[in-house]
Amino acid sequence: MEAKKLPYLLLLPAALFLALFFVYPFLLVAWQAFSNEAGFTLEHFETMLSHWKFPTAFWNTIWLALAVVPIQLAMALFMATLVSRMGKGRDIVLYIWTIPLGISDLAAGIIWLAIFEQSGFLNSMLYGLGIVEQPVMFLGYQSLWVIFIAIMLAEIWRATAIMLVILVAGMGLIPKEYAEAAEVFGASRWQTFRRVTLPLLRPSLQTALILRVILALEVFAVVAALSGTSFPVLMGETYRYQFDLQDGSVAAAIAMVILAVSVVFTLFLLRVLRVPKGAQI
Amino acid sequence: MNTTRPLQYSRRSRWIFWTSVLLLCAWVLLPIYLLVVNTLSSPEAVTQFPKRFVPEMDLTSLEFFASFSGITKAMVNSILVASVTMVLSILIGAPAGYALSRFDFRGKETFRVLILMTRAFPLPLLALPLAVMFIRSGLDDSIFGLALVHTMLAMPFAILITFSLFSGIPIELEEAAWTLGCSRFQAFRKVVLPLILPGIAASAIFAFVISWNEVFAAAVLTIEHRTLPAFLLQSLDVSPMHLKFAGGFVLVLPALIFIFMVRKYLFAMWGIANR
Repeated sequence: MEAKKLPYLLLLPAALFLALFFVYPFLLVAWQAFSNEAGFTLEHFETMLSHWKFPTAFWNTIWLALAVVPIQLAMALFMATLVSRMGKGRDIVLYIWTIPLGISDLAAGIIWLAIFEQSGFLNSMLYGLGIVEQPVMFLGYQSLWVIFIAIMLAEIWRATAIMLVILVAGMGLIPKEYAEAAEVFGASRWQTFRRVTLPLLRPSLQTALILRVILALEVFAVVAALSGTSFPVLMGETYRYQFDLQDGSVAAAIAMVILAVSVVFTLFLLRVLRVPKGAQI
Repeated sequence: MNTTRPLQYSRRSRWIFWTSVLLLCAWVLLPIYLLVVNTLSSPEAVTQFPKRFVPEMDLTSLEFFASFSGITKAMVNSILVASVTMVLSILIGAPAGYALSRFDFRGKETFRVLILMTRAFPLPLLALPLAVMFIRSGLDDSIFGLALVHTMLAMPFAILITFSLFSGIPIELEEAAWTLGCSRFQAFRKVVLPLILPGIAASAIFAFVISWNEVFAAAVLTIEHRTLPAFLLQSLDVSPMHLKFAGGFVLVLPALIFIFMVRKYLFAMWGIANR
């Protein structure tokens, strides 16, 4: 009797917490986005769409995610492969590579600001090498593509570690015998990687990509630190409506958009990288 | 076994291997070094051009940061919020992790899926509806209210890591204690707890870092009681460069130490997320 109740008792606090601070708030934010005093309405979405900044913010966010995540995936795979071949020095290299895991997006933005600002390190280096005569204004609204690249670099720098950790953990689960067998049959390293490691790594790839895409769609403080307001993104618009314009309903509407895009990407990745039953390790 | 190929390629491929490793290390470390250079230089040197690539070892920027009005309070708030988050997420998360690892019961799968689902949602957005909820319940602009939101971010991790920790301890150990006359609780306290305490500490530290770094919810939910990231974010367009860099440095420093402390557990934590 007691043993039957015990697990539920232990789960109760967590379940209550999830219900109160996860499920309920999401219902609340959805309600806020779709309602006014009179009931159901789409007016907040209309307000959102009528502002010129919305399409820009939407596409900026999407393009940023699409530009950043594939590069991160390639880098994380490469780094994980290097780590898997490493004997001595593995621990210290892994520690260094996972340092950005502890660094907040705001701090990462500030770090890359030190490089890209007008009297920053990039300008100093270009000047020192005689490439420019005087400091270039990199982060002005006139050169949005430089801002885009700066944000990209900051994001790649900061958030590749999370994919790396997941992929290293995933590679640890693959029995060494598979790669050895491939080698016995004469497969090159690249072939082994393509035909053995990658397919077996699918569950980890799925986790890493879903997590990373969702985080990429939430990009906010990096952008705020590097560009101020000249490069609008969805999360920044949410913040602006909630905090500066005090219009919680439009903020909720944008939140719904971010949520919808996240769900679409998640479902897409679940489908593309699905693991056939019985093919799991 | 194929022994000729590794020998043939070994020198060149070893060279490529270690160059890639070192370049990637530099890619991670160099930007942090540059932040340190800026932090340890005087305000004049920070805005001077061209810039020196070695720090002056001048503490005026940091002193300016420390004396800047509101910073001390913001740091205290950050530490308080992160500490409450740490305690709450372990107190709530660890029992759930234990239940998931030790029992089979109806609804277990549903619960697991719910936990994993929290990761497929942009969690900082929770701050929006909670802002409304908190105003109604008097929790708005409070340390505890923000800590609740941060707990929501950290708890799924706490559950997953404690689940993997408990799963690593054979149930036979506990059963042995029961047969020797321990109650379930005693067995847990005397046998299991000492074994997993370091892991619990690691997941507590991880919760601390999550809260310490969180910007969006902190900025939306607090006005008077701003945490350090919220404070820095809201003064981004008015604060001088050296203040930003010193602030960034203060944000990064504890995170570096903490990640070093929990590095052993990072992989256990994410390994489990794959299954």
